[in-house]
Amino acid sequence: MSSLSTFCIEASLRYSGRSIPIYTKLRMQLPKNTFTCLLGESGCGKTSLLRQIAGFNDDVSSSEFVVTDDNKEPSLIDLSSQVAYMAQQDLLMPWMNVLDNVLLSDDLSRPLFHKKTSTQYEKREQALLLLARLGVAEAAYHKPNQLSGGMRQRVALARTLIQDKPIVLMDEPFAALDAFNRYKLQDLAAQMLADKTVVLVTHDAQEALRLGEQILLFPNVEKKPNEGREAFQFIKPRLPNTTIPRAINAELGLYQAQLLEHMGVVSC
Amino acid sequence: MLERRFSKKGSLSSIARLLCIAFVLLFFWWLMVFLTDVPSFILPAPQMVFIKLWQLKALLFSHLLVTLFEIVGGLLLGVLLGFIFAINMQLFYSVRLWLLPILLFSQAVPVFALAPILVLWLGYGMFSKVVMAAIIIFFPVLMTCFDGLRHTPIGYLDLAKTMNVKTWQVVLRIRFPAALPVIASGLRMAVVVAPIGAIIGEWVGSGAGLGYYMLHSNARMQVAEMFAALILLAGLSIGLYYITDLVLKRLIPWNQEQR
Repeated sequence: MSSLSTFCIEASLRYSGRSIPIYTKLRMQLPKNTFTCLLGESGCGKTSLLRQIAGFNDDVSSSEFVVTDDNKEPSLIDLSSQVAYMAQQDLLMPWMNVLDNVLLSDDLSRPLFHKKTSTQYEKREQALLLLARLGVAEAAYHKPNQLSGGMRQRVALARTLIQDKPIVLMDEPFAALDAFNRYKLQDLAAQMLADKTVVLVTHDAQEALRLGEQILLFPNVEKKPNEGREAFQFIKPRLPNTTIPRAINAELGLYQAQLLEHMGVVSC
Repeated sequence: MLERRFSKKGSLSSIARLLCIAFVLLFFWWLMVFLTDVPSFILPAPQMVFIKLWQLKALLFSHLLVTLFEIVGGLLLGVLLGFIFAINMQLFYSVRLWLLPILLFSQAVPVFALAPILVLWLGYGMFSKVVMAAIIIFFPVLMTCFDGLRHTPIGYLDLAKTMNVKTWQVVLRIRFPAALPVIASGLRMAVVVAPIGAIIGEWVGSGAGLGYYMLHSNARMQVAEMFAALILLAGLSIGLYYITDLVLKRLIPWNQEQR
């Protein structure tokens, strides 16, 4: 797996009860250890694509999903065991404290009654360390409903990170946060996911520009009527060559204006 | 943001309210007897009932214990069976398909009609009453549990899927705890209904218990004794309900947000 340089994905999806597919033979490349942002307005299919990568069985009538290795000869790859997932809702289990929530995947992979092993203690230490780095160490033994939205999403980020999967899928993870926490968490996510292949779905051009080493823009739904959407491919907008997380400055503002124009939000 | 204030308001006033309701009802009871002058073998005055309650406290208490044991035993058995069946119905689709019609059919047979058969099969002792109480609560417990298990927030299941969790682990460790608030309402219902099963069982055939004592007193026209047993039974049911409610609130604190 370590030799893998790029995941090449080709995906088609049609929901049952719909005559028109969401996308057909949509191609994307996910270079290893890069941060890819899927940008588009709501209803364009970005979440559907992310869910397809994650392997969620939604109510689809036809779905094709091929992942190949760019390296030498193409071979099909099963992503299901390599993916960690973070959603817009924190999805913390209310009956567990913060630390147990962080350790959820580790805990669920064990039998119902088991003795604590040394690796488990190691994981615990690791979880506490992660919580400290994310600034929520003091909440480790609190229940999720005692935390604010920003803290809960930090805990969710810790739960995603501790799984240590090569691919991290994020579905608008910061969309429900206030502006201050969103900015903070974008920084933290960019730092801590530097050695992961990340796919982040967002409808926020600024967020995509702050975090994306690659932005894949869905074409505008209205400009392209349903028939025309059948075989669309991503638009790849130009990006500043600074490293992520990019600070918000005048240059980024210019890029954002261009991007919004691409999206059809602003017309010049 | 970390602290959350838990208001204790309402816990004491609810007891006071309960006592208040009891006093008003007792007053109207007394007023009715006083005004209409009904003979005491039809409706005894409340003070007569309480005198009997005091005089026969040892005897009544021994009967109370029997009924209490039957109710609690029935609750435990019924809840356990309900959980096991619901979890299996969630785990195995074929179990769901084959079991649901059978369960529906079993509910079509009135539980009261089963009582004589159960006493015939299981004897005059406590066990037949335990089974009666268990049967009467089994269906509501099963259905609320199954309903709760089926309506797990989809996000939790998505998350579990990316963690490659086994299906039975998802059911036991995610679906079941997530369903607890729904299951709790089923349990509250079960606690109120379970005494009916125990009493019916005692009426059909038994040698001890409050239901037995009531039937026994009725045959001898000892109406005050009957009412004393009835009051004890009502107190027992209410007590069980409040204890269950308290325990459930302690066990499922995250559900109290929606007040």
